[in-house]
Amino acid sequence: MRTVTTVVPGRFASLEELCDLVTQAALDAGLEAAAVHAVQVAVDEACTNIIEHAYGGEDGGEIECTCRIADGELTVILRDRGCPFDPAAVPEPNVTAGLEDRQGGGLGVYLMRRLMDEVRFESTPEAGNVLTMVKRRRECGEQPGAADEPGLACAP
Amino acid sequence: MALEITTEQLKRCDMIKATGRIDGQSAPKLAEAFHALIDAGRFRIVFDMGGVEFLSSAGLHALIDAQKTCKRWNRGEVVLASVPPQVYEVLEMVGFVHLFKIYDNAVQAVGSF
Repeated sequence: MRTVTTVVPGRFASLEELCDLVTQAALDAGLEAAAVHAVQVAVDEACTNIIEHAYGGEDGGEIECTCRIADGELTVILRDRGCPFDPAAVPEPNVTAGLEDRQGGGLGVYLMRRLMDEVRFESTPEAGNVLTMVKRRRECGEQPGAADEPGLACAP
Repeated sequence: MALEITTEQLKRCDMIKATGRIDGQSAPKLAEAFHALIDAGRFRIVFDMGGVEFLSSAGLHALIDAQKTCKRWNRGEVVLASVPPQVYEVLEMVGFVHLFKIYDNAVQAVGSF
């Protein structure tokens, strides 16, 4: 197990740096290309939510990103000191709706749940907001993403 | 890689080509490219995604907004071309594969208009 941590300003220009960090971590964990891409998108969505919702805009605070790299498994932990943001409170988007019935919002959290194997959110006054996401190497024949299955959904 | 967008006016439609990351930072740039065409009264648009490394929800919102506007009164639509497999997976997850015609390459997409 190896751990890499970086702290970046909470602004959109930091997204690419974080993407590079988690991409390398995912490759070091031996994840396959589709899983690496899943991690990239999930981290981008999570950090966008931190900037927009927890901090209420750019430069509201910092984002700490920790990658725990194990063989075949990557855990990404994102910490911020913004307002508590509870992904479980975000309504599930209707992804079968027709064009005119599509509403904005909710797709980011939905993608995080679908793309990652585990998504957990905790918020305490001491630790701030802590989002933990896990992605495992998919073995042949396994279906991708399971965080939206019962028992693995975002914790409040 | 930072997002690069080019727009090309063709005989029967327009083509927007994107290369790089469509994320929370760069998605407004994509939305601007669509709006520039729409504001000019051009509603038949091919979006060539061959160079897109990934597409976040901010980019998805830009796409759906453009599609809603272009399809109004049957005046046109946005079609997608050369969608990389991993980006297609995201489009499939959010049900966009039913809201956009998707072509293997830009030539086929342009030919659909």
